[in-house]
Amino acid sequence: MGFLKRLASVLTTLFGISVFVFVVLRVIPGDTITSSLGIETGVLTPEQIDTLRAYYGIDKPLVGQYLSWMASFLSGDLGFSYSTGAPVWDLTRSALLVTMQLALFGTILGVLIGISIGMFSARKPGSARDFLGQFFGLLALAIPGFVLSTTIVTVTANKFQYFPNGYEYMTPFEDLSMNLQQMLFPSLVLGIAVAAPVMRTTRSALLETVDKDFVRTAYGKGVKPRIVRLRHVLRNSLIPIVTMTGIQFGYLLGGAVIVEKIFALPGMGRQILDAINKREYATVQSSIMVFAILFVTINLITDWVYRKVDPRIK
Amino acid sequence: MKTATGKRDWIHYYFKSTSGVIGLFLVLVMVVLSLISALNLAPIDPLEQNPIDALQGPSGNYWFGTDQFGRDIFSRSIDGMSRSLSVALLSVGIAATVGVFLGVVGGFFGGWLDNLVVRASDVIFAFPAILLALAIVNSLGNSWIDTSIAIAIVYTPIFIRVARGPVLTVKEMDYVKSVRVLGFSTPRILMRHVMPNVLAPIVVQIALSLSWAILTESGLSFLGLGTQPPDASLGLMVSEAQALASFAWWTLAFPSLFITVVVVGLNLVGDGLRDALDPARRSSG
Repeated sequence: MGFLKRLASVLTTLFGISVFVFVVLRVIPGDTITSSLGIETGVLTPEQIDTLRAYYGIDKPLVGQYLSWMASFLSGDLGFSYSTGAPVWDLTRSALLVTMQLALFGTILGVLIGISIGMFSARKPGSARDFLGQFFGLLALAIPGFVLSTTIVTVTANKFQYFPNGYEYMTPFEDLSMNLQQMLFPSLVLGIAVAAPVMRTTRSALLETVDKDFVRTAYGKGVKPRIVRLRHVLRNSLIPIVTMTGIQFGYLLGGAVIVEKIFALPGMGRQILDAINKREYATVQSSIMVFAILFVTINLITDWVYRKVDPRIK
Repeated sequence: MKTATGKRDWIHYYFKSTSGVIGLFLVLVMVVLSLISALNLAPIDPLEQNPIDALQGPSGNYWFGTDQFGRDIFSRSIDGMSRSLSVALLSVGIAATVGVFLGVVGGFFGGWLDNLVVRASDVIFAFPAILLALAIVNSLGNSWIDTSIAIAIVYTPIFIRVARGPVLTVKEMDYVKSVRVLGFSTPRILMRHVMPNVLAPIVVQIALSLSWAILTESGLSFLGLGTQPPDASLGLMVSEAQALASFAWWTLAFPSLFITVVVVGLNLVGDGLRDALDPARRSSG
């Protein structure tokens, strides 16, 4: 019952998302024809325009367009990129891998940095080290990803002549060492953005747990302080941390748009950005839809992990 | 919030927090600089090009140096700040008004209306903020009002959620039930008895959302989807600095500093307000 209800609600949300994506992208002033032909559109005869509209499938009523888009989307056909003629699904598949790898590395780095600094801060609330930790959290929250990326690129490329992202992108299967180098800075930028809220959540969750009776008991019966901190305190503080990580993973997919552009990684974000600039309905629509599905899936997984971590939640 | 010691108590409490005061100071500095620019009192016209002075470092004439066209980076930074703040204020203003209205009304009346509101916000929540803003701006256009509307749409669901939560609790409370029994009109119950309980979290949310809106706005203009050249915008300045920063650090440093300072300030204000407005958190300091 619980699962079916949840599934139904996810499906409703996905339906809403598809309608929303469709509507938002159809409000675009100027269509594919104007954008692919530019001012030359002006010299087309009405018949030519009609033919082109029929060719691109944008002459049908909106509901019909929506239904045919959904039908082909669900059957795995995401349409074709107008400019290159390649199937959008082929582009999306490789782009998804890039973004997923980036997001995964970013999250791992973010959680490691965030939890470490959170624990570092919470050891002595109000002390200098707490101040230092919180200051990091604040800066990590406030420095935009594009500023951090631009700074890193400037410093490493010009001062150290090290810029792996200047070379052609390599998948992990082609050249693992190159791939990891290319992923290093972008995932660090994303990781720092994730670390800030994770750090704050960790700190406050730890401070709350430390006061609990079972922690006092553990200390009282002579368990080593290090073990108490890891086994008793950290473990019982994990729920808000896991939740925060799940939420952040989603934001991180958004952050990927900017980071992928700066570091020239051919991921989903850059694909959408390029498609937006070229006004390619099919690519933008389907890519954003894929992105949203990914996001909803991640929220479902977070929810599942959440239940695993805390058996009390039904 | 109203406490035993009086209405203005939270203001007093707010000013006792050092970080809250620092945050307020940082935000005020940026607001004053923006006003100077908005009133055309900037030392140099932000659009004025002096090719002879291109890419000069910070000096007495050009406090933050100049860019590749010899434009004054200080004047452009405060101009960009005023644009960022305008977008942030308008978008958060819209998002808070619409979101609080929908959240309070939905939460109070329940039923299909509430269901619709919650579903709609779930849909918007399913997109990463910048991506959604990007898609909407792309459809609407590049003016600062279009940007604000896009950002407003992105952040409305948060206000719905923040407002709706407390309403669900409050409407079951005895004092609200009793004024209902007394036959008070619904708008009066909402304004006089429900709203005051929702206000504190909303005020905090406004401060935080302003900082997010500034980040989103500068991100959009960094990607070329917000303010268009030659107008100044902090995101756009950072974007242009990508090609210049290796030999002219000031082109990157100052616009970046401005964004960071205002976002740090707004976050500190938000945290300070949260502590000051929530009596339960005061003891933990």
